[in-house]
Amino acid sequence: MKVLWLQAAGCGGCTMSLLCAENPNVFQLLEDAGVGFLWHPSFSLETGAEVAALLARIEAGEVALDVLAVEGAVARGPRGTGRFQMLGGTGRSMLDWVERLAPLAGDVVAVGSCAAFGGVTSAGGNPSDAVGLGYEGTLRGGILAPEFRARSGRPVINIAGCPTHPDWVTETLLLLKAGALGAEALDALGRPLFYAQHLVHHGCPKNEFYEYKASAVAFSDQGCMMEHLGCIGTQAVGDCNIRPWNGEGSCTRGGYPCINCTAPEFEEPRHAFTETPKIAGIPVGLPTDMPKAWFMALASLSKAATPERIAKNAVADRVVVPPSIRRPKGGK
Amino acid sequence: MSETRLVVGPFNRVEGDLEVHLELSEGAVASARVNAPLYRGFERMLEGKDPRDALTITPRICGICSISQSVAAAFALGEAIGLRPAPQGALVAALIHAVENAADHLTHFNLFFMPDFCRPAYEGRPWAAQAGARFAPGVGGAARAAVEARAELMHILGMLAGKWPHTLAVQPGGVTRAPGPREVVRIGAHLRAFRRYLETVVFGAPLEAFVALETAEAAAGWGAGDAGVFFEIAADLGLADLGRGAGRYLSFGAYPIEEGHIFASGLWEKGAREFDAGAISEDLSHAWMLGPARHPFEGETRPDEEMRAAAYSWCKAPRLEGAPVEVGALARQVVDGHPLGRALVAGAGGGVMARVAARLLELARLVIEMERIVARLDPAARFMTRGGEVPEAGRGAGLVEAARGGLGHWLRIERGRIASYQIIAPTTWNFSPRDARGVPGPLEAALVGVPVAPGEAVPVAVQHVVRSFDPCMVCTVH
Repeated sequence: MKVLWLQAAGCGGCTMSLLCAENPNVFQLLEDAGVGFLWHPSFSLETGAEVAALLARIEAGEVALDVLAVEGAVARGPRGTGRFQMLGGTGRSMLDWVERLAPLAGDVVAVGSCAAFGGVTSAGGNPSDAVGLGYEGTLRGGILAPEFRARSGRPVINIAGCPTHPDWVTETLLLLKAGALGAEALDALGRPLFYAQHLVHHGCPKNEFYEYKASAVAFSDQGCMMEHLGCIGTQAVGDCNIRPWNGEGSCTRGGYPCINCTAPEFEEPRHAFTETPKIAGIPVGLPTDMPKAWFMALASLSKAATPERIAKNAVADRVVVPPSIRRPKGGK
Repeated sequence: MSETRLVVGPFNRVEGDLEVHLELSEGAVASARVNAPLYRGFERMLEGKDPRDALTITPRICGICSISQSVAAAFALGEAIGLRPAPQGALVAALIHAVENAADHLTHFNLFFMPDFCRPAYEGRPWAAQAGARFAPGVGGAARAAVEARAELMHILGMLAGKWPHTLAVQPGGVTRAPGPREVVRIGAHLRAFRRYLETVVFGAPLEAFVALETAEAAAGWGAGDAGVFFEIAADLGLADLGRGAGRYLSFGAYPIEEGHIFASGLWEKGAREFDAGAISEDLSHAWMLGPARHPFEGETRPDEEMRAAAYSWCKAPRLEGAPVEVGALARQVVDGHPLGRALVAGAGGGVMARVAARLLELARLVIEMERIVARLDPAARFMTRGGEVPEAGRGAGLVEAARGGLGHWLRIERGRIASYQIIAPTTWNFSPRDARGVPGPLEAALVGVPVAPGEAVPVAVQHVVRSFDPCMVCTVH
């Protein structure tokens, strides 16, 4: 299976994250699985005229395009011309290239939230008029029409994340190679379910603080960051705390909030990223799959029942009260 | 004699895309115009936002120097708030930043720069087979060893910064996660593994032996490890004289801790002196940007949607005291006064060999400096200074050193929101277009005289010169 990887209007961070794949390293992993690159902007030797010639052959149907992977949103500006990103040496915009190549691809993979939905590239006033391949934020239809299907019949596969975890990308490619990525394997936003069926909350080391609503008040506090620091890990999809990042990390493990980077429009939360918006002291945006009144009732109960250990540790930058040692019954 | 034009692009292994327009004469580059072909408008996105949001948004300018952007944003915001990081927090921030920069140097050498010596044009050279075995993209032994060593080194970031890239761990008051004793010893273990890899594979000798080099001749004679492969190639192809710079180097100073910068700040122009950040301006004469030349505190970013013919890049042209400067590892090591750094630019500006040698030198030095930082970490200390409200009005600058050179953020706050945010990235300096006086940017100048063989559609010497700067094109325009 051969992948053509293009970097559109993005930061390149999903490729940089991909290089962090381990056991085995990314090159070995893909080679062993029979996944190769027609061209990758960071890994391939070919450059300049060599690449332009390859793209021309793909466009002419002389080279089969198994997978088109696009990293970064696609700039449509200024005024719909796409000239905010020209592909060097070709005299054509990235917008034009992606529009021309996508229908030729066996599958189209949007790598990262920019390629999937627009992402950070479309933040603020969206200066470059950037959109995702299959979505403009939460709206279906990016530079490709809502009914777009690749040759395989699949819609754009959205490996959303900012950045993507290296395993999300490699495992999606491996599933495609194995012919094991059916329509049922994607969620309603086209995200592979193997990571999108989990919440960042799952496995979060702050879960005990969450149970008692023992909250961090400021950065470097260990408590749950939902009440004050903008954390939306209870609603954000991702297995970030089940299989951590770079060894043993995740955003919440690093002491800062989950900002829901796998979701469309995460880049515009309509409040400061690291501050929970509140109405009359009550955080807005509580977990969506639970009646609000129940949540409030449970929260006030558990807050009242918070053990001293948890209350003290929540507002400290390290464990100040360790768990008490439970003596076995009948022990000495 | 024949005069021709050549457009080189898409240009890969440059962290983004790049297009270089060459005018050729007598088998060499007569003049070069460098186009950064992507505009996203981060500076505009930030206007009107809560100033703290810059800590989330600006790292996402760049997937390879993400932490540099974090640190610059935290410094700029901290200056506006009047908050300085806790000393131990500053040490951890310096460590996090140094890990990214070391990883970037490693990635550049093994994945971006060296693969060009595997080109068919070099078949028959005495080193060609070895270059192929070590650096062929995706399969070379050095490439694979490098990504494994890099991934393990980044476990330090998983532990201290949550993830890489795009962390929120660096804040104006320090860092969000306080390392305990077991984190400190584990970081030490990762650094020892990284040192072992470098000493076995990259340098083939103790790091201290490379750091002790004092002359360009001694560096050129370094025969061990993959560094030795490079120096053999450099001697054979004359890379010391290829793509020489103008010899004017700037460093904002790297890794500020309580005692000052670990690598000094300053301007080098036949001698070191202090630089005045107030003497920076961005010229827009050849950029598709509208407005006058301004200091970044007064600057603005208004793209010229007509893309006027007199301009040729989205990149602005930053100038210090009206003239271009080269930034990067070579600049840092020259300004810091390392004997090898100074020797590499003695007599003239450094070329391809000097830029790559300085990056290797800095890679070795960084590991030693990171070990010193870890030895000073005190798990009993505070890693974050609390407090500090964002003011209704204020301003701050964050000047740091990314792997590729000086990175600056200039923030102005009005009515509690971002009124203006201007960024000058390392490659904005190095790959700047001409200014109003017609003075080319550092890469444009370095390309003049570079040989291009007749019919060479992918001129290989041009590849070496461009990549010797370790460009980051996504940062360049941002």
